Amino acid sequence: MRFLALVFVNLRRHKLRALIGVAGISFGVAAMLTILSIVNGAIGMFERILSVESHCLVFERNVSDLFFSSVTDEQVVALRKMEWVESAQPLLFGLVSTPGHPIVTCFGVEGDNPRLTKAKWRSGRPEDFGKIAGGIWLGTRAADFLKVELGQKIEIGRGEFLVVGVLSTENGFEDGGVFLPLSEAQKFFHREGLASIVAIKLRDQAKAAEFSKAVAAEFSGLIALENREFNQSYTQFQILHFTAWAVGICAFLLGGLGVANTMLLSVFSRIREIAVLRVCGFSSWQVSGLIFGEASVIATAGLMVGFGLGGLALFAMGHAPQFQGYVQAVVKPAMVEGIIATSLVTALAGAIYPAYFASKIQPAEALRYE
Amino acid sequence: MNKHESDTGVGGVPPPRGYTSTPGGSNSLTPDILVAGRGLLKSYDAGRVRVLNGVDLEVRAGEIVALWGASGSGKSTLLHLLGGLDIADAGELTVCGLDPRNETHRIELRRQHLGFVFQLHNLIPDLTVEENLRVPALAAGIPQAATKARVRELAESVGIAHRLNHRIQDISGGERQRTALCRALMNSPKLLLADEPTGSLDEETGDTVFNLLRHLVRERGIAVVLATHERRFAEQCDRMLHVRQGRIEGSGSSGGAK
Repeated sequence: MRFLALVFVNLRRHKLRALIGVAGISFGVAAMLTILSIVNGAIGMFERILSVESHCLVFERNVSDLFFSSVTDEQVVALRKMEWVESAQPLLFGLVSTPGHPIVTCFGVEGDNPRLTKAKWRSGRPEDFGKIAGGIWLGTRAADFLKVELGQKIEIGRGEFLVVGVLSTENGFEDGGVFLPLSEAQKFFHREGLASIVAIKLRDQAKAAEFSKAVAAEFSGLIALENREFNQSYTQFQILHFTAWAVGICAFLLGGLGVANTMLLSVFSRIREIAVLRVCGFSSWQVSGLIFGEASVIATAGLMVGFGLGGLALFAMGHAPQFQGYVQAVVKPAMVEGIIATSLVTALAGAIYPAYFASKIQPAEALRYE
Repeated sequence: MNKHESDTGVGGVPPPRGYTSTPGGSNSLTPDILVAGRGLLKSYDAGRVRVLNGVDLEVRAGEIVALWGASGSGKSTLLHLLGGLDIADAGELTVCGLDPRNETHRIELRRQHLGFVFQLHNLIPDLTVEENLRVPALAAGIPQAATKARVRELAESVGIAHRLNHRIQDISGGERQRTALCRALMNSPKLLLADEPTGSLDEETGDTVFNLLRHLVRERGIAVVLATHERRFAEQCDRMLHVRQGRIEGSGSSGGAK
């Protein structure tokens, strides 16, 4: 018999109790995996929207959300004239509602925007973009959940538009959104002459820092960041990351309490047995090791079940039409490592007091009174 | 008791044979003395219940000593002190050259020098007989392969080899006690502490277990301290010590069968 066998003996003896501990950890793992993957996916999609054919982003300085950023048409023209700039693509973000769908993202772009030229067009033609009055272009998923196709009319906000193209950009946000020519979008959102951001493609990416300094010098209200810098510093991304980890860790804390409860019951129900182990020569460290071993097995089982449950949940959400394609889960190795570490730490922390209690059991007392 | 008292013994009682006090104060035993205890006091309930009242005890290698007395006389408590399961309030005790008050020594004692048999078998019910026998070896870190022959030999010696793969709940009371006896002998102890090992068995099974115990320890040269309230078993030991009200009142050879 090996040490691990003793660990499994006790878990087998109280299967239901062990399963409750496993369930606590697995729900924590599943919750964390799901939330983090969705947040990572969402951030990734947003990053890709911003970084299509661009090296830098220019937007309003000190703005809390890019939806509220304003870059004027004049500034766009001036940016295009800067020596470092190969191309500058203004992009206006807005939110619209349609019957049954209160939030649909709207992108105001110019006709030569690379996201249009590189998209797969299910219907309509890229060269017609911006040339058909009263027209609107839909992402494929938006067309699916709005149940409209080329040539049909659709009510968006206070207006009615004719669907003149359906395109797929392989980006969940864009695919679940609608496109308007920039000038139309400016009118629709009452933001005439403004864009939210300008995506800049540089002639020489190595000169990005030089470009950023020049923007800061020339436009006091604007800031230029390399895409990488933007992803690291954008407050909304940080809030999303923080919230995801906070919610996940709260879920784990509940799991940890479950493990603590399971292990305490496990110790209390076999005080005599632990006393016998001590009589047979087990040290207090070995007894503690037994309890931590059980907690580790519970955590490991919880991890496996939790990853399975989380994977299923992500798969279901990724394929559910209700989510309009916004769920594009991204599982990163560091995230998985973080979840594994958190679950093990939680389970072991939950076992600290039970292990301490078990290690302090006095054999004579336990054998005398139980 | 302090070091100076140890030179003359408690209350004028001379030190046990083989026991000397070195100038440095540490106790040393002649090789054949396994237990040397003097002036052992133990009380519970914040001193209100005095269980041991100054016990002197010496056990030599290979001898079977009976602690005989009524329930509550202090036999089990004395046995617990010898095994380091409990700590004396006062007095000096050396077991197999080690100090049971010291945690490291206690663990070494239990792993290498002592075996325990209780009135209730105290086996782990969800394990098989074989797995129960391996518990002491597991505690001592002895590899599984190294204990295979030992498990078989012990099980055969008490007639439970055919039960090795049975769970404890599936075997009889006598078989459980024989399993407990094997477990106690697993790590080849020098001293076996048996607390009413026949107390939960019927007369016939009790006789069988007692005879087995005596046979096994004789064969292996193991010393035994047996706590029992049954005079018939006590009389079969090498020495019978009468424990009464926390003291050893009479001692001497019982003329037990060898």
